[in-house]
Amino acid sequence: MSRAFFNVYYALMTTYRAEIFFWAIATSLPLIMMGIWVQAGASGAFEGFTSVDAARYFIAVFVIRQLTICWVIYEFEFNVVSGRLSAWLLHPVDPSWRFIMMHVGEQATRMPFSILFIGLSLFIFPEALWGAGNEGPWLPQWWRVLLAIGCGYLAFLLRFLIQYTTAMFAFWIERVSALDAINMLPYIFLSGMIVPIQTLPPALQEVILWTPFPYMLWFPAMLIAAPPEAMPIELIIRGLITIACWLGAFLLVSRALWKRGLHHYSAMGA
Amino acid sequence: MRVRVSLAGRIPAMPAIQTLGLSKTYRVADKKPGFVGTIKHFIKRRHREIAAVKAVDLAIEPGEVVGFLGPNGAGKTTTLKMLTGLIHPTAGTVEVLGHEPFKRKTELLKQITLVMGNKQQMIWDLPPMDSLHVNAAVYGIPEKEAMRRVGVFAEMLDLDEELTQPVRKLSLGQRMKCELVAALLHHPKVLFLDEPTLGLDLNAQTAVRQFLKQYNEEQQASILLTSHYMADITALCPRVVVIHEGAILYDGSLEGVIERFAPLREVKLDLAEPAEDATLERYGEIEANEGRTARLLVQRETLTDTVGRVLAELDVEDLTVTDPPIEDVIARLFESGNNHGGATL
Repeated sequence: MSRAFFNVYYALMTTYRAEIFFWAIATSLPLIMMGIWVQAGASGAFEGFTSVDAARYFIAVFVIRQLTICWVIYEFEFNVVSGRLSAWLLHPVDPSWRFIMMHVGEQATRMPFSILFIGLSLFIFPEALWGAGNEGPWLPQWWRVLLAIGCGYLAFLLRFLIQYTTAMFAFWIERVSALDAINMLPYIFLSGMIVPIQTLPPALQEVILWTPFPYMLWFPAMLIAAPPEAMPIELIIRGLITIACWLGAFLLVSRALWKRGLHHYSAMGA
Repeated sequence: MRVRVSLAGRIPAMPAIQTLGLSKTYRVADKKPGFVGTIKHFIKRRHREIAAVKAVDLAIEPGEVVGFLGPNGAGKTTTLKMLTGLIHPTAGTVEVLGHEPFKRKTELLKQITLVMGNKQQMIWDLPPMDSLHVNAAVYGIPEKEAMRRVGVFAEMLDLDEELTQPVRKLSLGQRMKCELVAALLHHPKVLFLDEPTLGLDLNAQTAVRQFLKQYNEEQQASILLTSHYMADITALCPRVVVIHEGAILYDGSLEGVIERFAPLREVKLDLAEPAEDATLERYGEIEANEGRTARLLVQRETLTDTVGRVLAELDVEDLTVTDPPIEDVIARLFESGNNHGGATL
């Protein structure tokens, strides 16, 4: 079934190629931030965070971001308000599976454009690949790369579940996409998209690491970009446990809201 | 409870659909027009309750095709939504194939379908075949079997290249045919059809009706059909349920509607000589008097006597007695519902 969903949503996303290209451009904020932080790194303002570190970090953030783009709240709202959810409720498959596969289809469609942007970034700042000074070439350990990809998908699931949980309120208040602003603000500032968390004061880092946000970008990106000593095993284990806890919590809340929400669903327009 | 004994004569067969006292009350926002009304509504929301469905008792047997009639806002679609489990009833019980639909058990979902003439389930930008592949996967139908079923349905509905063209490029009729294929791909045992021929041309309407009739015969599926086209009802539904303002006005045979709600019958006369209006008025209400042909409306109770008098007193070459068109009867039925404030007649 997953294959059928993937095939059809990949086909759907490729129908509008230009749209996907522009969406890919819209996800390039980390690459813009890379330009700013490379300058900051070169100035030596952040001890131990060089311009090469900055370039590698934000390229890694860009890669992880490609896996974690999420718009389920808008899709869900549209489906509730238009009554389109009704048809899916009559299928013997939970609609969340369909929404997940929509995102996976879109990720696959966006991938060629993403590779293009990564190549362009490395072309503009080749030191990210070959290193400058003491950094040496960018050769993360193979298992960290695999773990980063796995954590990238966990990060996607986490973002998806947070949005999906918020989206459940569409059963009560219908226009629910406005609530996404509540998620977006901490996501932008606490996920490491704009500011690498390792550059923040240690006390603030500690607080942030208890929230779900750094695990949506910073954590998997650091697995690829940071040297092993910057991401010790203890931090990785702590990260995985924290992700699991947040996933479990949001899964429980979203299912509870789903059950209660269906009581309120009036199948509008259908 | 209506219990039907199976042909084997041993196992009592439960109705495919059964409701008892099924009711639904909606709570809707009540906003006054204008700027002040908008501000008041923003500060303090007022709501009122609308009883969309009131204590509906319904039993539909396996394989039965039932027309579900009623004017706009009568509660038809709300009832269908409750029967399919999309919304929860406010009161009463509902069972479809032995399941409470709103529990959304996989076993039930694999045996029912809902087709809405004004809604589509297929993906707008892709050919229907893509949506059919998804439906096959969702219902766990093996690829080969799914394509065989698509082939059978496509032949019945005269579909071919339409299945590989984007849905948005298809005509309304072609789209509805594809919707039916998608909705019936898993061979559901209970079909809820809400205006399946809405907006279709006559050829498409006929094709859809024939398809549904054949599907019902082959699969012994129960069908609950709403339609504003009486031709759909007369072609498919031996039984009709009429709902008005949320309450059932009539539940019985289609002929019974006419018997019960058409007190007049139409008598068409071919006369040897033209007759005056004054002469014809003695027999009934004149519907038309066009020289040697005339049409009269006669009370059902006095029909035999009146026809006897006409034949004895006038020089009649031919005489035909017909029921008024079902559309007129149903319209009169809805009107009577209004006059009785929605009370069951």
